[in-house]
Amino acid sequence: MPDTRELTYDPADLWELTLDDLEALEVGAGILGTGGGGNPYQGKLLTREAMKAGHKMTILATDKIADDALCMSIGGIGAPVVGTERIREGREGLRCLQGMEELTGRKMDAIVCEEIGGANSMNPLVAAALGGLPVLDCDGMGRAFPEMQMTTFSIYGHSSTPSVMCDLHGNRVVFQHAVSEVFHERMARACVVAQGGAAMLATAPMPASFVRQNAIPMSYTKAIRLGRAVLDARRNGDDPVATVCALEGGRHVFTGKITDLKRHLRGGFAVGDLELGGFDGFQGQTASIAIQNEFLIFRREGEVEVTVPDLIIVLDVDTGYPITTEMLRYGQRIAVLAVPCHDLLRSARALEVVGPAAFGYPEIPFTPLAPMGQAA
Amino acid sequence: MYRVGIDVGGTNTDAVVLKGNEVLAGIKASTTEDVTSGVFEALEQVIAASGIDRARIGAVMIGTTHFTNAVIERRHLDPVAAIRLGLPSGAGLPPMVDWPEDIREMVGDHGYQVKGGYEFDGRVLSPLDEGEIRRIAGEIREKGIRAASVTGVFSGVNDAMELRTREILLEECPGLSVVLSRDIGRHGLLARESAAIMNASLLRLADKTVQAFGHALEQAGVKAPFFITQNDGTLMAADTVRAFPVLTFASGPTNSMRGAAFLTGLKEAIVVDVGGTTSDVGALSHGFPRQASTSVDIGGVRTNFRMPDVFSIGLGGGSLVKGTPESVVIGPQSVGYRVRQEALVFGGQTLTATDIAVATGKAEIGDAAALASLDPELVTAAATQMTEMFEACVERARISAEPVPVIAVGGGSVLMPDQIGDLQVIRPENFAVANAVGAAIAQISGETDRIFSLTDGVTRDSALAEAEAEARAQAVAAGAVAETIEVIEREDMPLAYLPGNATRIHVKVVGEMGALAEMEVENA
Repeated sequence: MPDTRELTYDPADLWELTLDDLEALEVGAGILGTGGGGNPYQGKLLTREAMKAGHKMTILATDKIADDALCMSIGGIGAPVVGTERIREGREGLRCLQGMEELTGRKMDAIVCEEIGGANSMNPLVAAALGGLPVLDCDGMGRAFPEMQMTTFSIYGHSSTPSVMCDLHGNRVVFQHAVSEVFHERMARACVVAQGGAAMLATAPMPASFVRQNAIPMSYTKAIRLGRAVLDARRNGDDPVATVCALEGGRHVFTGKITDLKRHLRGGFAVGDLELGGFDGFQGQTASIAIQNEFLIFRREGEVEVTVPDLIIVLDVDTGYPITTEMLRYGQRIAVLAVPCHDLLRSARALEVVGPAAFGYPEIPFTPLAPMGQAA
Repeated sequence: MYRVGIDVGGTNTDAVVLKGNEVLAGIKASTTEDVTSGVFEALEQVIAASGIDRARIGAVMIGTTHFTNAVIERRHLDPVAAIRLGLPSGAGLPPMVDWPEDIREMVGDHGYQVKGGYEFDGRVLSPLDEGEIRRIAGEIREKGIRAASVTGVFSGVNDAMELRTREILLEECPGLSVVLSRDIGRHGLLARESAAIMNASLLRLADKTVQAFGHALEQAGVKAPFFITQNDGTLMAADTVRAFPVLTFASGPTNSMRGAAFLTGLKEAIVVDVGGTTSDVGALSHGFPRQASTSVDIGGVRTNFRMPDVFSIGLGGGSLVKGTPESVVIGPQSVGYRVRQEALVFGGQTLTATDIAVATGKAEIGDAAALASLDPELVTAAATQMTEMFEACVERARISAEPVPVIAVGGGSVLMPDQIGDLQVIRPENFAVANAVGAAIAQISGETDRIFSLTDGVTRDSALAEAEAEARAQAVAAGAVAETIEVIEREDMPLAYLPGNATRIHVKVVGEMGALAEMEVENA
């Protein structure tokens, strides 16, 4: 279709990412993955290769784009363990973009990140760069969550269908209409198995005005800043845990050794419990973390202290590098950080979808780490 | 009959002679550039020290870091045609995409991507493009490349396309060395592919090195067969190393841990191998080192080898001790192997961790009088900190809450306190040559690690049984006596985000080597 659109932003406002930014993003996105979200390593490699081939990765602040600009959110779907063996082709996201433009008969203006935590931080960059679009400096989670309906876009009323799902073979599936966000997630999951266990999915475009109001702001800026601070701290021999706390307005809630670890699978999700014995400033204390792909509930001496959607971040005590739930093992020495989630995830409406009850803990109320309006 | 264990390290070549479970002698010699003369020298020394008849040596087991060092030092690497079967998957990430530039150039940067491969459940991803393989074979001939690696997507689920590719390559290029990824590594395409490529690039060095070992034995008049230890502390026949040199990559730390297990008779323990500059710490489980679960970097290349979960701290016999009692700093700088000249107790000018061990009365080496002017408070502070460093790493290596003993081996193990937290420290006899002992006692293994699809009547139990049968068959093919084989690792991990029909199964078995089992019969 002929490209008749007018630019909805000033190119002077674009922030072009460097290879250095990418390395920092890998670390920062890993930390914001709160134990899940998949490893951003391969996505980083793909992004790096695209950059070397001359594609520009650009980020645009959400207030620098016209209200009616069309923004399409994109993310990977499927089993991370499939992705480590059957690597993406690289243009799945671009095909989603083309598919969406054909489906709607309209050109997209910008790409939006669904989930800044983990591998999905990189996916929008590749798609946007190949399609010549910027990625907005925001995302739909501010962390990682296991399911599609858990974006702030879905929570605040955006219907994610019609959506376009593309695999590495070149197959394109359109979900024309889903009666609910949960139904959309359920159908997409069933379809991805037929596609070989992993695919890319783009949801129905949103006007920039909606994104500005309902997305977690400045996600790339923050993730890159966070990653760079950890890399610098490591290089300078500073305490990376304190660095992360200071930047994210978080609290260092525990340092301890994993004394027990139980895992099992429930409905396709990795579920488990982690027991900790404290040391350093936490000598003599015990704590635990409940896991479902991500870290969900932190308890000290059996008392709930931090719950999803606030971020529970687990770092290696010595390196400050994030530890994902599949990397956990007995004896690891970890620091647990609690970081307040964005206000958008704390409303009654959001807590129905991403609060403790939504993960099978109806008895646990959400006790926010910081009062509304003071979160990072 | 006797067993000889030799550990060929970067600096030292250690050798031991074992009779049954008894260590008759252990010596340290220097490693030489040509390998042969160092091994010959070590053999002669240990035969002399033990006073045995060399005709009665039943087997020689060699551990070597030669191939690891070649990759780290970027030496002796040959160009490789790196062929991947998997398009359209991975099109954006060609072979060697995450390698450091210098090593990628050294192996020629000949990456090829071809249609082929499988899905996680065994369905065909793309039919194999045989015409393209023949075209690549033509290029290999033209460029004069002598080694190739073939990596198929999900070749752990189905290896037919890798096998077919080798067949075509050999038709087109007779004499080409072809390495298949299914023989090398596990789940995780990029890391397995990198391992296969590295393996192919080391084949000629492997050939030369194995020959050098053979010559050393010949020169010494030792007619026994020799074996080489691999990452997991088990043995490969010399011919297997010719085909799979990368499987030796972490055999050094593995051998010292296995040696520690043998010297103490313990199967569950923490092992601390204290060298001159660093200490390697790992955990023994069932008498074998626990394996790492994350990817391991070799010379800057990510791999997924079966590596022991060993980590190093910068504390060894030669570690420098600096600062004041209030803020003492130990390591990571070290005088290394020069400790015997530079430490105060040996008449040198440098305060080292060894001096602190002597000052506190833990060790009796060198001249303690040389320490008379040391500030006792500094000695106490440094000793406390060393203990804390050992405590921290032992605590990190611990794999269960059960109290297990800590085994101290290596030349610098006098630094270790007698008690670490609630754990007892054991120093076995012959601790300094534990690595050569570990080589001498190595067993034979077999392993399966792949994804099983639980459909069409395949249950979790039947898949586990199938995996075990595969691993057993592998061990027998490698020379293990079937009756002695036992399972030492068995785990299955259902794949998250997929309905319950796919699971990753990992089974490992070990058994006694045929030649030795027969030897024991002969002894009886």
